[in-house]
Amino acid sequence: MESVNQLQRKLADYTSSLYNENFLDEQFIQLQQLADESNPDFVVEVVSLFFEDSDRLLNELTKALNQPNVDFKKVDAHVHQLKGSSSSIGALRVQKICIAFRNYCEQQIVEGCLKCLQQVKNEYTLVKNKLETLFKLEKQLVDAGGSLPVV
Amino acid sequence: MAQVATMDHQFHVLAVDDSIIDRKLIERLLKTSSYQVTVVDSGSKALEYLGLSSDENEGVEIDHSHVREIGINLIITDYSMPGMTGYDLLRKIKGSSSLKDIPVIIMSSENVPSRINRCLEEGAEEFFLKPVQQSDMNRIKPHLMREKRQKVTPNSLKRKAMVECISPEKTRKYNNLCGIFWQNICE
Repeated sequence: MESVNQLQRKLADYTSSLYNENFLDEQFIQLQQLADESNPDFVVEVVSLFFEDSDRLLNELTKALNQPNVDFKKVDAHVHQLKGSSSSIGALRVQKICIAFRNYCEQQIVEGCLKCLQQVKNEYTLVKNKLETLFKLEKQLVDAGGSLPVV
Repeated sequence: MAQVATMDHQFHVLAVDDSIIDRKLIERLLKTSSYQVTVVDSGSKALEYLGLSSDENEGVEIDHSHVREIGINLIITDYSMPGMTGYDLLRKIKGSSSLKDIPVIIMSSENVPSRINRCLEEGAEEFFLKPVQQSDMNRIKPHLMREKRQKVTPNSLKRKAMVECISPEKTRKYNNLCGIFWQNICE
């Protein structure tokens, strides 16, 4: 059974790695600062919305790019949404792929778009796992009687 | 600052955004700044809420008393929305005799100078770059306080004198730039 101190260290190290590896940026801290006693689960709530919305968008993108005649405007609209929502929660690596993705949409290059779709799916899966792990570590800490670090 | 007596009720902000994530974010941001918040997911829903028909041809106002009762003090809207953009919404609001004095702020994830200028020219008070942050909330108050300027205080007298010397268009741009300045002076 890990002590509160050990759990705090674990959480701090894990959090640092997320920022160092650019999975998250400063915007995630902004989200954490919006949580308080009356809205303790704000971050989990927003991130859950992001997961649901991204699943939907990635499905739409897969469908749209598998059409015989690709509607690039439609594809771009979906990527724009994904870029926006990833930026809003601080999912930096996902956001960056979206920028490249939009360029391929503009140039109407299907192969480029398909490559970006695969990359964005990979990055999304990675950050999703990272965030789920982060929330798990936070819960472990709180359940052991510790308190979350002040941001 | 000798706060005007109109601070006895909360300011009511109408937020418009098609993104569910951004709606949650802006709602939380506004609430932490103690605003009463109503959030809708489209320009047409916003107009409906404000009691204005979104009929392109008519722009007919449905119910003046309804509009007064709702009491929206500020509208903050995303620019890129399907159907009616934030710019379209801005134009409809500024084109309505009952709504034109409500301050409007535009938000966008894209930093496009021509877009920003277009919105400011059309009467938007401010342009926020997304993701909107807590520090941006400080830029809202000056626009609300100007509308609520009822009690004459030494500071508001000075400001009134300054803006009446300048043309309306220049005043709007001046106010935009000075928003933060006045906020610092008046706080």
